[in-house]
Amino acid sequence: MPRYFTDEHEWIDVEGESATVGITDYAQEQLGDIVFVELPSVGTMLDKGGDAAVVESVKAASDVYSPINGEVTEANGALEDDPALVNTSPEDEGWFFRMTIGDASQLEGLMDEAGYKAFVDSL
Amino acid sequence: MNSPNQSGWKPEMNASEDSIHSGPATVSGNRALMLEEPLLFEIGHIETTGVDLPDTDIAVGNRLGGMERSDPIGLPGLSEPETIRHYTRLSRQNYGIDLGLFPLGSCTMKHNPRLNEKVARMPGFADVHPLQPASTIRGALEAINELAHWLIDLTGMHGVAMSPKAGAHGELCGILCIRAALEARGDAREIVLVPESAHGTNPATAAFAGYRVEDIPATDEGRVDLEALKARLGPDVAAVMITNPNTCGLFERDMKAISDAVHEAGALVYCDGANFNAIVGKVRPGDLGVDAMHINLHKTFSTPHGGGGPGSGPVVLSEALSPYGPLPFTARTKEGVVHLVEEENAADYGHTDAFGRMTAFHGQMGMFTRALTYMRSHGADGLRQVAEDAVLNANYVLRSLDDLLDAPFGASGPCMHEALFGDEGFGGDLSTLDLAKAMIDEGYHPMTMYFPLVVHGAMLIEPTETESKAALDQFIASMRSLAERARAGDESMKQAPFHAPRRRLDETQAARKPVLVWEPSDE
Amino acid sequence: MRYLPLTDSDRGEMLAKVGASSIDDLFVDVPEDARLNGPIEGLPMHMSEMAVERHMRTLSKKNLAAADAPFFLGAGAYRHHIPASVDHLIQRGEFLTAYTPYQPEIAQGTLQMLFEFQTQVAKLYGCAVANASMYDGSTACWEAVAMASRVTRRKRVVLSGALHPHYAEVVKTMAKFTQDEIGDSLPALQAEPDNQGLITRIDDETSCVVVQYPDIFGRIPDLAEIAEAAHAKGALLIAVNTEPVALGAIKSPGELGADIVVGEGQALGVGLQFGGPYLGLFAVRDKKHVRQMPGRLCGETQDAEGKRGYVLTLSTREQHIRREKATSNICTNSGLCALAFNIHLTLLGEKGLRRLAAENHRLACIAADRLVQVPGVELLNGTFINEFTLRLGQNARAVVRKLADQGVLAGVSLGRLYPGVDGLSDGLLVAVTETTSEEDIETLASALEEALS
Repeated sequence: MPRYFTDEHEWIDVEGESATVGITDYAQEQLGDIVFVELPSVGTMLDKGGDAAVVESVKAASDVYSPINGEVTEANGALEDDPALVNTSPEDEGWFFRMTIGDASQLEGLMDEAGYKAFVDSL
Repeated sequence: MNSPNQSGWKPEMNASEDSIHSGPATVSGNRALMLEEPLLFEIGHIETTGVDLPDTDIAVGNRLGGMERSDPIGLPGLSEPETIRHYTRLSRQNYGIDLGLFPLGSCTMKHNPRLNEKVARMPGFADVHPLQPASTIRGALEAINELAHWLIDLTGMHGVAMSPKAGAHGELCGILCIRAALEARGDAREIVLVPESAHGTNPATAAFAGYRVEDIPATDEGRVDLEALKARLGPDVAAVMITNPNTCGLFERDMKAISDAVHEAGALVYCDGANFNAIVGKVRPGDLGVDAMHINLHKTFSTPHGGGGPGSGPVVLSEALSPYGPLPFTARTKEGVVHLVEEENAADYGHTDAFGRMTAFHGQMGMFTRALTYMRSHGADGLRQVAEDAVLNANYVLRSLDDLLDAPFGASGPCMHEALFGDEGFGGDLSTLDLAKAMIDEGYHPMTMYFPLVVHGAMLIEPTETESKAALDQFIASMRSLAERARAGDESMKQAPFHAPRRRLDETQAARKPVLVWEPSDE
Repeated sequence: MRYLPLTDSDRGEMLAKVGASSIDDLFVDVPEDARLNGPIEGLPMHMSEMAVERHMRTLSKKNLAAADAPFFLGAGAYRHHIPASVDHLIQRGEFLTAYTPYQPEIAQGTLQMLFEFQTQVAKLYGCAVANASMYDGSTACWEAVAMASRVTRRKRVVLSGALHPHYAEVVKTMAKFTQDEIGDSLPALQAEPDNQGLITRIDDETSCVVVQYPDIFGRIPDLAEIAEAAHAKGALLIAVNTEPVALGAIKSPGELGADIVVGEGQALGVGLQFGGPYLGLFAVRDKKHVRQMPGRLCGETQDAEGKRGYVLTLSTREQHIRREKATSNICTNSGLCALAFNIHLTLLGEKGLRRLAAENHRLACIAADRLVQVPGVELLNGTFINEFTLRLGQNARAVVRKLADQGVLAGVSLGRLYPGVDGLSDGLLVAVTETTSEEDIETLASALEEALS
């Protein structure tokens, strides 16, 4: 299951026709304690680079952008009750939403794990 | 200076650490004058009332049409003595200007004269209904009109909209005037330019009015980059919002050139008047080409902040914008009679282009009377002295601390009414927040933190003109000691405050599981 | 100058410290040609406390204070007796001269008060959550409309004709800039509110229906049937209350199904003050809408030692963080007015509030019964609490002016609220509270009788 990364610190797992999106460990660490996540509703059409979700800490709200085009198929309801999952398990249980893959070619512009690590180290 | 405290107390007089904050626990949880107070809902009762009223119920044969309340509402009451004690105890957990220096940059926490309170409570102002017939409210309209003229004269502008309820409401009023003026000339524009250092209300206001917000770049010395601004101006720009003096505490030297360039491009200049205290009586925004500026009466003109309002935000307008100002307002006729101008008589006063109405009645009358009292007390000469002393006090603080605290714009010339510092040079992982919380233990309200956004770990200190030199010296001594501890990486600062009614509060818990109303516990 | 502590010798020492030879050196960045060289001409110089007080008293005395006349005005601002302890407590310097409680360790007084206030408003309105207050009722009304379009993602707003016309005007003004489409209408002079007429205006595109309760004429609409009709179309019901004392007698809007309840809190603790500052109240029935609410919110938490305390919370909705994406550009609330409301309602308690509402209603019934005996006067209302509408059979505004000249503040004419609307010009709104005596009612009745004959 290939995982890609964006320079806005989102990750995207591709599994057949569907993909799962969340924010990276680096991103959650920068944000601090997450207190709320606003997720897109199922059926929302997302554009690559467009607003998809909002993640809030006590003093900051940050937009989460969609890594690719596609339609939201599921949002992680667990985050509603326990937004701290984004801090404790950002790249697993703290996933944000699942989406269709509208344009697989858009994945090619994203980073792989090694590329993202190098990118973060350069910040 | 031997002692940072005028009482004669000296640091070496702390006999031991223990004597300050330990000792046996108390049964009540109180610590002498530091008194814990439960919630109203834990001590009151729905059968208790502190007001004598006839013991009547809604009578049979009433006119309520069957809509009577049946279930209990759940509102406990307290007797009068209990009420006085409850709120007096609560008040003692608050810091206020009456207790000490309150150096919140951009917020102008100055002394609130009690004459203002007395005047606002005169029956002719406090006990008058906004819809009374004109013959019974002549004095109220005159007071509003007199204040309006003070504001116009002090700013060199053409007109003023008095009704906005607070600074942000005034900002909205000014931007809506600009939008109305542009629409009237058939020139819809889309962009409002706002510096990154602006108050958050600026972009929020512009966005509400339907504009897209773009940043204006700043120069290294903390002012608007005139050349970059000129390059960005064009037929799509509706307005430029500028705070002057700006939030870095500096006067925008190029203000006139900025206004000229903006006007040349067909756009208008909005000035955020939050910092008017620094320049009142020294320079008039109208002479610098400003088209609209709100004035926070609770800042410059010393109406009390009241723990978060009420504010009042009249907006002065240039000749170009005055016709679009909202209703209602007051106007004095040639005969010297002041009239209220509303929807029905706007045409009589040639004011048919008003963009509408922003609030039900005539604005914050209770704040108008306070502000007018304050202006009358100071007079034109005293207000000028206000600005001079405010600026002198801020520069004194800046130059008394800039060897220990990083002053990013310290070389940009004198500051105006506030001194800006950053957290560079702090040791360990200490932050501005830690220094601020340690100020609480020193007996001070922290300064404005992390604003403006353009300075890392910003600390914005506004002493105001109502502090004496002795009070400033004591404050500076505390700040120097704290700055030294911060530079040395004193880890204990991360735990501060130690001596306040509460230690640091868990804001994460408050936001993750919001408890916003009291609910009876399940026990 | 009594408010400026620096002496000339202080100034000299301080200028030396900052390396300036004169104060002008500190204003060097102000362009020279714009700098003022002396006090602004045409404005008076400073004055003693006594002289200022004298000037202001002269202005004050040119007004007829409500306490000095038989007084019957309402229409969104009500005169009630405010216990002396309310004004004493709000003038304590720790409340009066405090800032917004952004430093919770030294602002628990304001924060706990706000938490109590939010709870009181929520209970009074029959809602789950209330905020820490807004500017006033009219701006709160607009904020509710804006919130409804955020929640429903619809833009069509139905205003009841019996909503306070100034509130409607504020909503229409603001909506011009947000592209919300406002449908409003004039109220009809009839005994009962026109619920059916309102319901037929709700459709699948409606974001919200805004209904005043009790309405501008003092009538009590049954919100339940409007709520049901709105919900059936996926719209929200916004209830607007301008007289909180009335809610001591009648069911809460939340109980009747209103989704957002807003109003003016001035009647409790705040006083008339010629229209401001007042107190905007804002509450939602369902907790799930809390993150769409505008304005400040205070929440409970713990400090580092586990003690209970309060903080401003969910502030990511607000302008200082969200900037152009904020739910509202509002920065200030109406803190000291919220404190006055909180204290007044604490003194009353549930028992006192119910008695107060009952006493208001008792006196209003006496007034209505007496005034309809005046030849030519008719009572419009089928229902009312402490405010009702009379029809005088002639221009009520002229009558009000005439009575004012005789020292009677007779009420608010509908002509004052709806200038130029012929069909409403004979209407007079009369408010009666516990401050109204039976002698006042008698004075009004005789003065009306004389004026109408």
